[in-house]
Amino acid sequence: MTSPIIAEPAAKASRTITEPPLVKWMLIAIALAFLALVLLVPLVVVFDQAFEKGIEVYFAAIREPDALSAIRLTLLTAAIVVPLNLIFGLAASWCIAKFDFVGKNILTAIIDLPFAVSPVISGLVFVLLFGARGIFGPWLIAHDFRIIFAFPGIVLATVFVTFPLVARELIPLMQAHGIEEEEAAISLGARGWQTFRRVTLPNIKWALLYGVILCNARAMGEFGAVSVVSGHLRGLTNTMPLHVEILYNEYNSVAAFAVASLLAMLAIVTLIAKRLVEWKTHRPFQAADSIRQEED
Amino acid sequence: MSIEVRHVTKKFGTFTAVQDVSLQIPTGELVALLGPSGSGKTTLLRIIAGLEVPDSGSILFDGEDATSRSVRERKVGFVFQHYALFRNMTVFENIAFGLRVRPRKRRPTSHEIRDRVDRLLQLVQLEWLADRYPSQLSGGQRQRIALARALAVEPKVLLLDEPFGALDARVRQELRRWLRRLHDNLHITGVFVTHDQEEALEVADQVVVTNHGQIIQVGTPEEVYHRPASPFVYNFLGKVNLFHARVEGGKVYVGGIQMPLPEDAHPDATTAKVYVRPHHFDLHHQPEGKGHFRARVLHINPAGPQVKVELETEWGEAVHAEIPDERYRQLKLEKGDEVYVTLKDEKVFIDASEKPDSNPT
Amino acid sequence: MAISLKRRNILPGFGLTMGFTLLYMSLIVLIPLSTIFLKSSEMTWAQFCHVVTAPRVLASYKLSFGASLVAALINILFGSLVAWVLVRYSFPCKQIIDGLVDLPFALPTAVGGIALTTVYASTGWIGRLLEPWGIKAAFSPLGIVIALTFIGLPFVVRTVQPVLQDFDREIEEASATLGANRLQTFIRVILPGVLPSILTGFTLAFARAVGEYGSVVFISGNMPLRTEIAPFLIMTKLDQFDYTGATAIAAVMLVVSFVLLLAINMLQWWSGRQKAAD
Repeated sequence: MTSPIIAEPAAKASRTITEPPLVKWMLIAIALAFLALVLLVPLVVVFDQAFEKGIEVYFAAIREPDALSAIRLTLLTAAIVVPLNLIFGLAASWCIAKFDFVGKNILTAIIDLPFAVSPVISGLVFVLLFGARGIFGPWLIAHDFRIIFAFPGIVLATVFVTFPLVARELIPLMQAHGIEEEEAAISLGARGWQTFRRVTLPNIKWALLYGVILCNARAMGEFGAVSVVSGHLRGLTNTMPLHVEILYNEYNSVAAFAVASLLAMLAIVTLIAKRLVEWKTHRPFQAADSIRQEED
Repeated sequence: MSIEVRHVTKKFGTFTAVQDVSLQIPTGELVALLGPSGSGKTTLLRIIAGLEVPDSGSILFDGEDATSRSVRERKVGFVFQHYALFRNMTVFENIAFGLRVRPRKRRPTSHEIRDRVDRLLQLVQLEWLADRYPSQLSGGQRQRIALARALAVEPKVLLLDEPFGALDARVRQELRRWLRRLHDNLHITGVFVTHDQEEALEVADQVVVTNHGQIIQVGTPEEVYHRPASPFVYNFLGKVNLFHARVEGGKVYVGGIQMPLPEDAHPDATTAKVYVRPHHFDLHHQPEGKGHFRARVLHINPAGPQVKVELETEWGEAVHAEIPDERYRQLKLEKGDEVYVTLKDEKVFIDASEKPDSNPT
Repeated sequence: MAISLKRRNILPGFGLTMGFTLLYMSLIVLIPLSTIFLKSSEMTWAQFCHVVTAPRVLASYKLSFGASLVAALINILFGSLVAWVLVRYSFPCKQIIDGLVDLPFALPTAVGGIALTTVYASTGWIGRLLEPWGIKAAFSPLGIVIALTFIGLPFVVRTVQPVLQDFDREIEEASATLGANRLQTFIRVILPGVLPSILTGFTLAFARAVGEYGSVVFISGNMPLRTEIAPFLIMTKLDQFDYTGATAIAAVMLVVSFVLLLAINMLQWWSGRQKAAD
């Protein structure tokens, strides 16, 4: 790379292959200003508001029973949703990435479907299925089993919304790896599960980890879909984001942002995890790249 | 246009790609920059083009300093190793690009552009491809389109980075001769980078051999092939056998073969390195009167006009010899035979410039 | 059936994983989604039209699609710029800033929503600065655009960034050797190369914005006919137990989403083909 202070003739000679420094720094400034306005300021404001009345008020808001039950519900939901979508992600990526079959593109597109559906609609479909006037509603009422406005509904809506996350991290990576290594393992006498555990898994572990982390973050943070199916029963079917909403609408800003700050921290951890995973997976290639560049 | 490179140095981080290189390229010549990968030849070419800025030194075009001119102002035609065709444009638009981006005042009319592109397509003999996209072309066709595109702006200098590197052997042969003919017709100064000695020797007027960012030798193909300036050049320009020979009484000995000590030898040299090309050996069943050493045939590969024979000398070194097919038949050579090895001619390379061991025996 | 259509392959587990994938996908995604169309089909065409062309519904569609379009356009411009800056230049804290781009992916939408509302409300850090200019950001369509820009940004950056990263420098250099200046190279050579990815990013950002709920409901103010987005209207209908009304609105949105999804896949197929052909 060129050093920041470029000698005059060099700057002159290279101006048709790179931008002049002035243009470069202006573009950087505009990009950073935009990111600050849209991303950074809102993130900072979460913590600013949460600690506005001091650390004690902050912790009081988090320790409040309704908040605690919301946290518990959110953790429980994630604990059920993430393993389900993890298993699905592994199964789907195995059959899509390692095999060729008719309709593969359609299958891949359907996996992405929940991304294209409004979270509100994601909740709505379960109301239509299991709500009091839904398709299975009468049967559920007859057997005294609640799904909508109860925990199962929250889990279902969350599973739907976070459905593609693990699979999407794994499929491109596994496709890029190809099947030669697995074929080699099988030809050396490994059984299917051994092949997966010893050959495939080590190759995808970081992407898998990130998929799980992202799935977890979204599961804990899902708002729209859960909002439709939960019924907002305080202390019973309120997840953390719903609790934030209620507090905010009650003009209890500090408490709302205190709970929100927990979710924001979860988001930051997720971002850091993503960076680490990228670093882990791309570093070997980058190192090889730089060696190749030096060679020529 | 003539090109002069004056004391150019270029570093990438701690890696010195080009180190204090000076070079003169006269108008109208086709010059090959030949060297192994990492020898700095591509960097040197890119510095001439203006794609890299040297850390120090200067580039002169026709005696004028062009170091601070941008690549755009240097008006060089550059053909990239992977052609760098614009994939969103047809072949026609690719070739026309350099004309279309000219400032309005100097831009030819669309009719003139059409004419010029058609002529260039004729020149590279690909008229029927005008409306294709680069992705629809074969490697050799892309190469020629890239060349036509570079020629469209009527450059005074044509620079080619590994022009045949990405092609298969047969297309390569064909394009090489084609490039040579094209250069003879156009008479513009040309510089191309290659790591293939055959290519350099066949196509170029002058060969510049580079290694570790420095120029080792400049000369005609004949000069560099027959009078290599260093063991590196000798090594790089063809297959070679290395012997650690002894020096006695002003002579160099490889087994029983005696050779004169070169003039540049170190006065106290007791050993010398002797480089012999495989086809400079001759093999015999009986001693021939002239100097020889004995060897055993380990393996014979008789496929091709030159029969490759692997030998082990009486002192245990491996030697690769190549003899003509007729000679092989004549000798009825077989694996395991004991043969007498002589030299056909004296075109061997002797390096006795090293200082003798610090504690001579 | 799928098994008989698969190509020969010695790896095991196809039947098991394929079976599980199809089963799980049907239970979680396909069957639930089909209820929307099932429920819609209970209505006559006239009823359906009556619901989805009600002024309040039309206004919400207009707002949802309009604001999403504006936000996606903003994201094309600034998202591509961010991608360019991150790929081409080095500057302090670049890694952190690069990571920050994914914030809208990871931050729960409700948190993003209340944070943006607080920042852009007339008393907020930025809203306060806009107030003297007569610009009302929160509780106006502008606020909705801001929220949708927030939500869509990573889609553009993350689709354009890798394409720029892989963009062959030789092609730019070729353009320069042929006499093009930097702007000409950018417009004629670089832009056409990244255009498919920009379009994909646009479509992804737009599709996401159309359905977005959490980050918008707080900042929009939800005034009927003015700042009420379509997903919010579905929510309102549900609260009134008007399931058919909610479903009709949802059906229209779903169809649009599917068309968008199709467009994204076509775009990816198109750019993938361009790349593969090279």
